[in-house]
Amino acid sequence: MAGGQRVAGSGWENRDAPPPATRHPPSARLPWWLRDLIYAAVFIAILIGASYGLDRIPIGGIAYYRRIIVLMGINIILAVSLNIINGHAGQFSLGHAGFMAIGAYFAAFLTVFYFAPYVNKFPEGTEQWLLQNGLLLVAVLLGGALAALAGYIVGLPSLRLRGDYLAIVTLGFGEIIRVFILNINKIGAARGLSGIPNWADFFWVYLFCGITILISWRLVRSSVGRAFLAIREDQIAAEAMGVDTTKYKVKAFIIGSFLAGVAGGLFAHYMMYLNPEMFRFLKSFEVVVMVVLGGLGSISGSVVAAIILTFLPEGLREVKDFLHTNKDPRMVIYSILLIVLMLTRPQGLLGRRELWQVLARRKDTIPTDERDQGDATDRP
Amino acid sequence: MPLLEVKDVTIRFGGLTAVSEFTLSMDTHELVGLIGPNGAGKTTIFNMLTGVYRPNEGEMFVDGQSIVDNKPYEITALGVARTFQNIRLFKELTVLDNVKIGGHMHYKYSSASAVLHTNRFHKAEDIAEVDAVELLRIFNLDSRAQQYARNLPYGDQRRLEIARALAVRPKLLLLDEPAAGLNTGETSELMEKIHEIRDRFGLAILVIEHNMELVMGICERIFVLNFGKTIAQGTPDDVRANPVVIEAYLGEPAEV
Amino acid sequence: MQTFLQYLLNGIAVGAKLINFAHGDVFMLGSFVGFYAGGWAARHMNNQAGTLMSWVVAAAIMLLSMIACGLFGYLNERIAYRPLRNAPRIASLITAIGVSFFLEYGGQFVFGPDPKFFPTLIEKHLIQFGTITTTNYQIIVLVVAVIFMALLQYIVYGTRFGRAMRAVSFNFETASLMGIPTDRIISITFMIGSALAAVAGILFAVSYPKIDPLMGIMPGLKAFVAAVLGGIGNVPGAVVGGLIIGIIESFVGGSRFSNFTPAIAFIILIGILLFRPSGLFGKYEPEKV
Repeated sequence: MAGGQRVAGSGWENRDAPPPATRHPPSARLPWWLRDLIYAAVFIAILIGASYGLDRIPIGGIAYYRRIIVLMGINIILAVSLNIINGHAGQFSLGHAGFMAIGAYFAAFLTVFYFAPYVNKFPEGTEQWLLQNGLLLVAVLLGGALAALAGYIVGLPSLRLRGDYLAIVTLGFGEIIRVFILNINKIGAARGLSGIPNWADFFWVYLFCGITILISWRLVRSSVGRAFLAIREDQIAAEAMGVDTTKYKVKAFIIGSFLAGVAGGLFAHYMMYLNPEMFRFLKSFEVVVMVVLGGLGSISGSVVAAIILTFLPEGLREVKDFLHTNKDPRMVIYSILLIVLMLTRPQGLLGRRELWQVLARRKDTIPTDERDQGDATDRP
Repeated sequence: MPLLEVKDVTIRFGGLTAVSEFTLSMDTHELVGLIGPNGAGKTTIFNMLTGVYRPNEGEMFVDGQSIVDNKPYEITALGVARTFQNIRLFKELTVLDNVKIGGHMHYKYSSASAVLHTNRFHKAEDIAEVDAVELLRIFNLDSRAQQYARNLPYGDQRRLEIARALAVRPKLLLLDEPAAGLNTGETSELMEKIHEIRDRFGLAILVIEHNMELVMGICERIFVLNFGKTIAQGTPDDVRANPVVIEAYLGEPAEV
Repeated sequence: MQTFLQYLLNGIAVGAKLINFAHGDVFMLGSFVGFYAGGWAARHMNNQAGTLMSWVVAAAIMLLSMIACGLFGYLNERIAYRPLRNAPRIASLITAIGVSFFLEYGGQFVFGPDPKFFPTLIEKHLIQFGTITTTNYQIIVLVVAVIFMALLQYIVYGTRFGRAMRAVSFNFETASLMGIPTDRIISITFMIGSALAAVAGILFAVSYPKIDPLMGIMPGLKAFVAAVLGGIGNVPGAVVGGLIIGIIESFVGGSRFSNFTPAIAFIILIGILLFRPSGLFGKYEPEKV
């Protein structure tokens, strides 16, 4: 590679100096893989504990809340993954429901027609349990892979299209997927696909939630993520800096749609039933709203918004009961809240910052000059 | 073999010939100026050299390799970096990240490495950090590393653009009006910096500038453009004395 | 006929030059205003259908619906768009989605979710043109649609206001520096767009007498597809875009692939944008460096 090699004494004399304090050097005591393994083990232990606890808390109606919590997890995966495409790479996609549908249907198809009959041949016991969970993982990952392939195909036109044009193309793509599913009899067409075994639970959903957040978090703090951000900020300058914008836009689409496909697969194995109507463009809107409301580019913002917007309609149920009406005012209030929120905070709840940065600012722990920057960031 | 060779390059936008038959050859370590009135086609030449526009006719070579059909990032990979006349920083990113993106090609690893934080990732990121801070230090920007680029004062933004371009580790640096908007003190400081980085990194520098003090002060050769045509070239002294140049800048001499 | 109504909506979508997801829902609102006004009129008219009076009433209903939607368009711009004019574009997109949801779900809440039959004010009868049989309704719809399209074309390209409107859409800041009252122009543009959506809504309701709160979604989306297909901001382009979609849709609808009809508009769109990234008649303008 021309220009890339450094020649001794060619101006980079501080080449071997230790990294400055701005970046934390990797821990000298533990190798990276061991440290990550320990984190992973702790995370999984917490998940198992929480899952066990949720199954056994003796509170009336806990099943209802457990269901919302699981759906919330799926929404978090969707929002965080869309944030990679929309918030980090700045490619405005309205087709997330399409990717989710592909993952959901493909994973469900594999399970219903191949994996479940196979698992059922085994007697109940550890072996069956292991096989079931292993095959769930395979189905979900393959669903994600097919969605990623679709993401690759959709990402290609995005190389040439901008703004509104890309938005309408991705939206159209989602609708095309839905119409095709409607016409495939094998997977239930308009009747929907039922008989999916209930293999995914709290544990699996939140495991992938953690993985999604980790991927998004570490990517954006790497050269890959910096390339995404550069494309979002200024595509021409990014190219001039040697960023192959084509490659990275497609990459953002592939990663984002893979995770959306995974969310779909989990959704299928949790709901036990799929219908093309679940993946209308309204679902894409819902996810976009989460990302924008949380603050484009803010990972914790996407998570917070996904939590709020999953609970909001449920909380509004109370309003409906209060009004003693047969008609459902929830979505009307939801839409008004949406408009009001966007008007009061057009940059989203957190702007481009993360939750703790926002909280820290409130506690005045950040030096004054940085606080000023923070305020400046808020300005649209 | 010259580092940069441009032969009879012409570009037309609709009926307008923005640059016609531009020819230039540059060797390593040379400092060349490109001057001319507004709209003479200077920035257009930069845009062709960096692959933003494709010339209608002519050839361009970097290190003997044709770049006419290359995409901008491919040309950057050959060792050509640029700044922009109308500052195009990554405004919502930190100063440090701006420079790290400049070094994008040199700190590569797979997405999997990034997610798993492999040794490869740590090594590359450490180098990125050292390089970026080092470049910021040259322009006295290291204390502002964590600020958002947008919040920098104007002069610092111009300097950051040069630092970011240097992170590409170019052989050829294209500076598009680096002194625009700078005051006299800042301009003379910039002249020193341009010399300094040229010597330190062994660069060839092609600079577009309206500030004659800067151009005449640092450039070894100067090309003068008017209406897309090269009307004069030579050493600063030659150009200064050339009546055609004076005419282009000041209009026809009054008859005495 | 459907295609023709689609044109009308297309033309309006183009005028706005930004994704307005709520547009189809204003169309719905228009037909519901017409429905209630028409219902009230029918109860008080004692079977005068066919008389001159019924024509006057029909025109009055359309005018009422236009005024109501125009007013809504004004409020919409004032409340949901103007405060966001300097915010990131995506923010106004989300509010547009919010307004769209508000109309759809508000419509379900207020009007009820079931389809309603649009009242008959003018008696329907067949008309024979040689071998072609049509109804007087279709002719009325056609005539009214042509009148309003011509009117829109005239406003946009033939008036001082239209010139100001195009200037604002081309470059907001420069337009305001040139002394164009940008706020007022944008307000009025929203009002005109919404009033025309009301016309389209009534014409649609008249020729296809079932209306429901979600009826605006697909036409609104397709209007936008047509606009993008033709090249955003290009009125004749949107008409051609709508025509292409309409023809291919009806062609596919009659074939054995009729199940795929809802996807056709998008497939055409993607196919064309792959080759012409700025639509059929849009100019591809590379960003200035």
